[in-house]
Order: sequence, then structure tokens, then C-alpha cells
Amino acid sequence: MRAILLIDFGSTYTKLTAVDLSAPRVLGSAQAFTTVASDISLGLEQALARLEAATGHIQYEARLACSSAAGGLNMVACGLVPGLTSKAARLAAFGAGAKVIRTFAYQLTDEDMAQLARIQPDILLLCGGIDGGNSEVILHNAARIASAPGDYPVLVAGNRAAQAECVRLLEQGSHPVYTAPNVMPEMNTLNIEPAAEVIRQIFLKRIILAKGLGRAQRLLDGILMPTPAAVLKALRLLSKGTGDEAGLGDLIGVDLGGATTDIYSIARGEPASPTTIMRGLPEPLAKRTVEGDLGMRYNALGIQEAVGAAALAQLSGQDEDAVQAYVVHCDSQPETLPGDETQRQMDRALAISAVGTALARHAGTLERVYTPMGPMHEQRGKDLSQVRQVVVTGGALVYAMDLQQIMEQALRRQEATALTPRQAGLMVDRGYILSAMGLLADTHGAVALRLMKDIIGREEAYAAV
Amino acid sequence: MQKTLVLGVIGADVHAVGNQILNYAFTDAGFHVVNLGVMVSQEEFIEAAIESAADAIIVSSLYGHGELDCQGLRDKCDEAGLKGILLYVGGNIVVGKQPFEEVRQRFLDMGFDRVFGPGTPPEAGIAALREDLADR
Ligand code: B12
Repeated sequence: MRAILLIDFGSTYTKLTAVDLSAPRVLGSAQAFTTVASDISLGLEQALARLEAATGHIQYEARLACSSAAGGLNMVACGLVPGLTSKAARLAAFGAGAKVIRTFAYQLTDEDMAQLARIQPDILLLCGGIDGGNSEVILHNAARIASAPGDYPVLVAGNRAAQAECVRLLEQGSHPVYTAPNVMPEMNTLNIEPAAEVIRQIFLKRIILAKGLGRAQRLLDGILMPTPAAVLKALRLLSKGTGDEAGLGDLIGVDLGGATTDIYSIARGEPASPTTIMRGLPEPLAKRTVEGDLGMRYNALGIQEAVGAAALAQLSGQDEDAVQAYVVHCDSQPETLPGDETQRQMDRALAISAVGTALARHAGTLERVYTPMGPMHEQRGKDLSQVRQVVVTGGALVYAMDLQQIMEQALRRQEATALTPRQAGLMVDRGYILSAMGLLADTHGAVALRLMKDIIGREEAYAAV
Repeated sequence: MQKTLVLGVIGADVHAVGNQILNYAFTDAGFHVVNLGVMVSQEEFIEAAIESAADAIIVSSLYGHGELDCQGLRDKCDEAGLKGILLYVGGNIVVGKQPFEEVRQRFLDMGFDRVFGPGTPPEAGIAALREDLADR
């Protein structure tokens, strides 16, 4: 046996998965409350004790972890044009497993600086200009950020020609400075992986300590990455496979949580028809987005703002007053569990609305435009309408009794222009193994793929519009 | 310093061959060409010019709807902070039997700096760019 221990320090639970690499098989799993406030290793030890009670004592050859504890990784992204380098910066941050609290475009204003001072992100990503292109705005922004209060790190990944000067400006301030190659070196060409990798390194070096996870760090071989980055790696592996074994092909991942809704897609999403015109920045094969305003509890109000109380009332069969009262209750008391059938219905309405809205924001759109040559179609973002597989993770959906209905309604409630799937087989990450498998993906891809296919690769339900 | 051009065929126009030739010719002449290809909207020209800090926007129109497609481009450039950026247009911008001089004037009134008639070779554009960008 070659045992390896995989740990996910979540915001609420610390989850362990023990894997035997040689079989391969999952030896066992266990969880305990995350104890960031006191000492993160207490929760870990408790979970370990539970695991050993089930598996007996195991000699692990490695212990690897990911973390979304203590609020995860919060970033601010700065770029030049909203649809170009600002968007590229956002995509890089999402790909690194971060939550993007705020995105800025063009010159940072006094008002932006006041916001930034309040936000105090874990990392600020500063982009702008293609290589050899506009340097005026990124230099202006670097100078402003240099005098911004705080000691959060700043990662410069913009116009190569302005990089050295940006670093020089920033070094006069209180922020540690890092650099990465431009997220958009040429027009409409994304290069987000290198910046995402540097974000991960900053996370390892600094954020883990800053968030009080340093103690756990010593018990382990390393906290390798933010949890969402691990999930993205796992889904990519599940979709693409390894050199020797094929993956499942195009797929979407949905993670509905208490505070956010994360959507992943592993698909090229190119136009289905050759007569469709592509507009805007091409998006990455493995794309992740986070909706920081959509969550079942901490952001129930955000869901209501996004879809309206009337829609929630209609979906739940309750009246608007009841819905509004429940939403406020959830928002102020995030530990709320649905007490009765009425509340379960309202939770269902919240879940449908959060997933539906997050999917629509993640996927591209197809619009009919009128030109001198007659009507044509314009696509922005990815066409996911042909994707037929959805992997569901996160407690709110995994334990939902009516998962199939929730997903079906979420797909049905889309605008006609949304390029979201029309039908899909649902796979469910019941054992919370995705993040664990993401930790294994780089070093033991074949094992991770095998286990994912065995454990979550089975279609449990089918949702069709 | 190397000058940057944003190049593309405007509107719903799919004529791709001339665009490839211009891309090649301008690059060969020493310009940094940000080529957006065919079916380029005004917004795409402008956003690319901002990110690339372009010195000029070179618009082609071959299919006969150039006037319609080009209207308001200069105003939008001004609005986007691309003050004084060089704007060229060329291709089949004359439709029917109109005299070229009248067409040229209409494009100049729209804010284009230079207007090239049908059959203008890339070299004419290159010479004009060298002249117009010499003192910038
Ligand atoms: C091939 C072709 C097509 C192909 C295009 C294939 C492709 N993807 O490229 C297809 C079949 C798709 C097509 C369709 C149409 N076409 Co057509 N097409 C032609 C054709 C025969 C050749 C074009 C070409 O490649 N020329 C060779 C290149 C090298 O020359 P160029 O494009 O003119 O570009 C050079 C110069 O113009 C100049 N230039 C261009 N821009 C600029 C800018 C500056 C600043 C400078 C200095 C120079 C410059 O430099 C370029 C390089 O040397 C021409 C006729 C012709 N012989 O030109 C008609 C022609 C362009 N098409 C025409 C028309 C009407 C159409 C259609 C509307 C037909 C229809 N009713 O369906 C559609 C429009 C489709 C669309 N949405 O754009 C007309 C345009 C009439 C007008 N403008 O008044 C033409 C002139 C034919 C004609 N005499 O009627 N077409």
C-alpha cells in the first residue's frame, strides 16, 4: 500500500480523504469543523482521529492540502478596457482559485482608491495594455496603488514594456511586489496560466501564514493551492483524461455554496455554426467563475436581488412576503436549516435561481444582429449549449433531494440568448473528492482520473429543458 | 520607435484576402500590426487601439457599405480618449457611379485623415503613414 492523505481546509469543515495509490482506492474519509479562529490544527487532528477510527493507523507517504478557510483567497483585478485586459485579469484570478471582490478598468479614481482601502484584498492583480501597447494607464495605476494603505501583495502582469517601471513605482509603497508575464500579450490572446501560477505561489508563501494556517502547514507537506484551483484541476483532468486514458469530454461543474456560486466549464465552446461571428476575448478551455453575490445563506439577499422576489415566490409557491422574510432570515442567520416543507421549497427556489443566474453569467450569449448583409449571429463567450455533462458539488446541491428538478429548472429559466446546456446528465460529487483529486492531478493523474470515474463518473439523473 | 497600427475590415464584410495582404505589407514595412481580421465592429477597433496604444486605425471596406459602417467612428475615438489618432480608410468605398472625389470628401467630413480609392496598392498607404507619423 502507498497511502497519501489529502486535506481540504474548508470554510466550515476540514475534510480528509485517504487514498491508496497502488490499488488505487479511497481508504476512507472523515471531516471535522475547521478551527481557524483558535488553531487550525485542532480541527485537522480531530478529523484525523475520526479517519483513523475507521481505517486504523496508516503510514502516509505524503500529506497534501488545499484551503478555502478564513474566507478563501480574495482578490481585486485591475485592467485597462473592461472587455479586454480587465476581463483577462479576472479570468486569471478565477483560474487561480480566487474570489474577485472588485474589478477596476481604466485609471483608478479617488472613489476606486477609497473602495480599495476598504476592501484590503489578499492580492491585487494589476494588468493593462498588450505588450508594447498602452503603458500610461498601468503606470498611473501603479503609482496610485503604491500609495494605497495596506500591505497586501501586488502582482504586476500587464504590458511588458511598462513592467519594470511599475515595479519601481510600487516598490516605493508598502506592498510586496510580484511579476508575471502579461495576461494578454497580444490582442485577443489570453495568457493567464503564468499569472495564476504566481498567484498560487503568493498564496503559499504569504496568504497561508496571514490567515493563521501556518500551524497546519508544519504538519503537512504543504498547502498546495486554494480549494477552487484544486477543483478546477480535477475537472480538467476528468474532462481531458491523461495521455493513456481518455476523459469524459466537455463538462460543466457547479458548486453552490452558502456564500458563493462557482461555475466551471471545461470546453472550447466555439460557435456551433460557421456563420456565427465571434465577438470579444476568446475564453480559456478550463474556465472558472465565482458569483460573490449568489449564495444560499450569506448571499441569499443577493439571489433575491438578482432574480427578484416575485420569481422566488413563483418558484417556491409561496407569497412574496414570506419569501422576503425567509431571505432576510437566511442572510442574517447563515446557520439556518430549512425547518419545514415551506422552507424547503424556498431553499429550492433559491438554489434554482443561484445556479441559473451563475450559469447564465458564466456561459456565452448568442444574439441576432442586423447587418447590411441581412441578419447574422454574434457569439460572445463560450457556447456551452452542446455540453451534456454536469458535475455537481457543494453541500447545498449534493444533499438536495430534488437535485434533478433544481438543475432542470435552472436550465429552463435561461434567456433565449444564453448558451447554457439544454440537457445534461448529472454526476454528483458525494464524497467531496474533487478537491482531493485535484491535489493528486499533477503527480498522480492516472490514479485521480480512475477514482473520479469510479466514484463520480456515473450519471445519477438527467435534466432536460 | 516602432509604430502600431490597428487593422481590420469593418462591419459585416467578409472579404479577407486584401486584409491579409495589407497585414503582410504593413508588417514588412516595419509597423507593429494588430490585425483584427474581418467583420470588425467600431468598438473592437477602438478597444484594440486603446490596449495597444495604436498610432493609427486602418479601416478597410470592400462590400459597398463602408459609409454606413464608418459613421461615428471618429466621434467614438474622441470619446474613448484616442484623441488625434490617425484614421485611414480604403477598399471599395465607392458604390455605383459616384465620383471618387465626392466620396473622399464625405469620409474626410466623417473625420478620416486619409481616404483611398478602389485599387490603391498597400504601398500608397505605407508612404502616407510614414509621412503622417514622421513627426509623432
Ligand atoms: C472574392 C470575392 C468575394 C468572396 C470573398 C471571400 C473572402 N472571404 O475573402 C465572397 C464570395 C464571400 C464575396 C461576397 C460578397 N461580395 Co465580393 N468580391 C470578391 C472579389 C471577386 C475579389 C475580392 C478580393 O479578394 N480581391 C483581392 C484583394 C487583394 O483586393 P481588395 O480586397 O480590393 O484589397 C486590396 C485593396 O482594396 C486595398 N485596400 C483595402 N483596404 C485598404 C485600406 C487602405 C488604407 C489602403 C491604402 C488600401 C486598401 O489593398 C488591398 C490589398 O491589395 C471582388 C471583386 C474584385 N475583383 O475585387 C468582389 C467584390 C468585392 N464583392 C462585391 C460584393 C457586392 C459582394 C457581396 C455583397 C455579394 C453578394 N451580394 O452576396 C458579398 C458580400 C459578403 C460580405 N458579407 O462581405 C463587390 C463590391 C462592390 C462595391 N463595394 O461596390 C465586388 C467589388 C464585386 C463587384 N464588382 O461587384 N465576395
